[in-house]
Amino acid sequence: MSLLHDRRAQLLLGLLALMALVPLAAGDYLLSILITVLIQAYLGMSWNVMMGFAGQFSLGHALYVGLGAYAGGALFVHYGTPPWIGAIAGMAVSVLAGTVIGTLGFRFKVMGVYFALLTIAFAEFTRVLFDHWGWVGASSGLFLPPAANASADNLWLLRGSATMFYYVALGMTVAAFWFSRALLMRRIGYYWQAIREDQDAADALGIDVFRTKMIAVLISAAMTSLGGVFLAFFNNNLYPESIFSMHRSIELILGTIIGGIGTLFGPILGAVVLTALGEGLTILGAHIGIDGVKQIAYGICLMLILILKPGGLWPWLRSRLGLAGGTR
Amino acid sequence: MDATFFMNVISAGLLTGLVYGLMALGLSVIFGVMRVVNFAHGDMMVVAMYAAFLLYTKLGISPVPALPLVAGLLFVMGYLLQRLLINRFLGATEHIQFLLLLSLAIIITNIVLMVFGPDARNIQLDASFESYSLGPLILDKVRVIAAFTAGGVAMLLWAFFRYTTTGTAIRACADNPVGARVVGLDVEKLYAVTFGIGAACVGAAGCLLLLLVDVHPHLSSDYTLLGFIIVILGGLGSLGGALLGGILVGLSEALSGVLISPSLKSMFSFGLLILVLLLRPQGILGKKP
Repeated sequence: MSLLHDRRAQLLLGLLALMALVPLAAGDYLLSILITVLIQAYLGMSWNVMMGFAGQFSLGHALYVGLGAYAGGALFVHYGTPPWIGAIAGMAVSVLAGTVIGTLGFRFKVMGVYFALLTIAFAEFTRVLFDHWGWVGASSGLFLPPAANASADNLWLLRGSATMFYYVALGMTVAAFWFSRALLMRRIGYYWQAIREDQDAADALGIDVFRTKMIAVLISAAMTSLGGVFLAFFNNNLYPESIFSMHRSIELILGTIIGGIGTLFGPILGAVVLTALGEGLTILGAHIGIDGVKQIAYGICLMLILILKPGGLWPWLRSRLGLAGGTR
Repeated sequence: MDATFFMNVISAGLLTGLVYGLMALGLSVIFGVMRVVNFAHGDMMVVAMYAAFLLYTKLGISPVPALPLVAGLLFVMGYLLQRLLINRFLGATEHIQFLLLLSLAIIITNIVLMVFGPDARNIQLDASFESYSLGPLILDKVRVIAAFTAGGVAMLLWAFFRYTTTGTAIRACADNPVGARVVGLDVEKLYAVTFGIGAACVGAAGCLLLLLVDVHPHLSSDYTLLGFIIVILGGLGSLGGALLGGILVGLSEALSGVLISPSLKSMFSFGLLILVLLLRPQGILGKKP
């Protein structure tokens, strides 16, 4: 099918063009929100490879975010290593961690909820470890030095304005989308879906289940840690307490589940919906002026979406928009 | 650090562990019967602790006599939650159930935060400063009371499942929900009772834990994780396993707290969890699936 005749592709390209033009008009506030949306979408897509495509439930993805963030951040702080080089180290460490967790989990047949708890355990274990590791600042945190010249964008060192971070985040999100799509349309994507639907049947058909699941874990881990590097340089500070926390793992997967797990566009839609919901409720909460109202409303909205659209918002919206169905 | 000191640390860990075990029992019962992983478990625990706190500060009822009241309150809460909300998600996939209970947890934690504020609260009983001496051992009075009460509640629960008709019926639902329906059991109602019992265990454990630690709203996720570690150590769905897991975690926390550093104690619990998941995924006392 030609790209330009596919209605989905047209919509997508239109959206992309719009997103590329946003910094011309947007203020710093809107830009920072959009960066949040993009990075959440990116991380959601990274998790989606493992859970949505291959059906392996990880609740500890904060581990890879944190490993990437700390590898990029600490190398930059100590040796001035550019983040793109640091990212390679971060991805390598995350792949190593993924190999350990995946091998142990899959070889020992830890499945479903148990596997999810194993991933939480590893993330929490690492969090406490980093809390006591002096080289990365332990529990008092690691701080990235600000750029000497704040107005000059240095893409190689990732020091610069919100606009630059916006384009980097947009680039990462587009790349992750394209990459996810490419994965899904290849043999490995079909293998994953077969395993997700029925692992024993996939095994009986001759798919190397262990190897195929491991590939999903490793790709997902590497993608997630790159998001971690971005977060380190965007926020300029790192605390084990927050970067490795279970709350981050949860935040990371919420958008994808709300948007539609296993779909390509679900993580993006979910990130938009959740961020809009969060920001809207913050404004509303500031008007009401009671602590906690925002979070309660947030919880109720999550619950409503689950009750009304358990398959996620994107599959529903897609059929309302009259776009081609199928698995994506 | 001599032997007596270690004996004291070990016995304190054992006693606290029994209270942890009672909390985890609730998680285990709910999972064992309905296969629902209660991610709002720690939040229920915090609700129970605040309920006990209120009963003490407003009405002067100390936590042990308040235990039936709080357990009853949590039973009603659990019963209604299962009836009205969770029941319709029983057949849903794991991540949907997870998200449902997570949103429930967010709502509960923030209601507690709104009502009580973020500060830590605790209660001081006269007994808080007393202790028993048993040869060289010195045991805090409240810790002994808490542990024995926890053990007593656990025995009651065991007797309930073993000897009462309702208990037997719930075990039948756990073994074979379809079969239970065929013989005419009201499975939905029994599920709601089970969730209520699970919540009541948390209610009892919350009362007792208030004797030992301060409470604040953000404890909830710590207790949820602690509950998971314990039931997986002992074996999900096994009552004795939950108590054993609780004691192990209590011991490991107490020992790593004095031997290495209090801030590292959760690392040892997670380390234990990883080991057990790999070496014996069904838990120490769990049956092979």
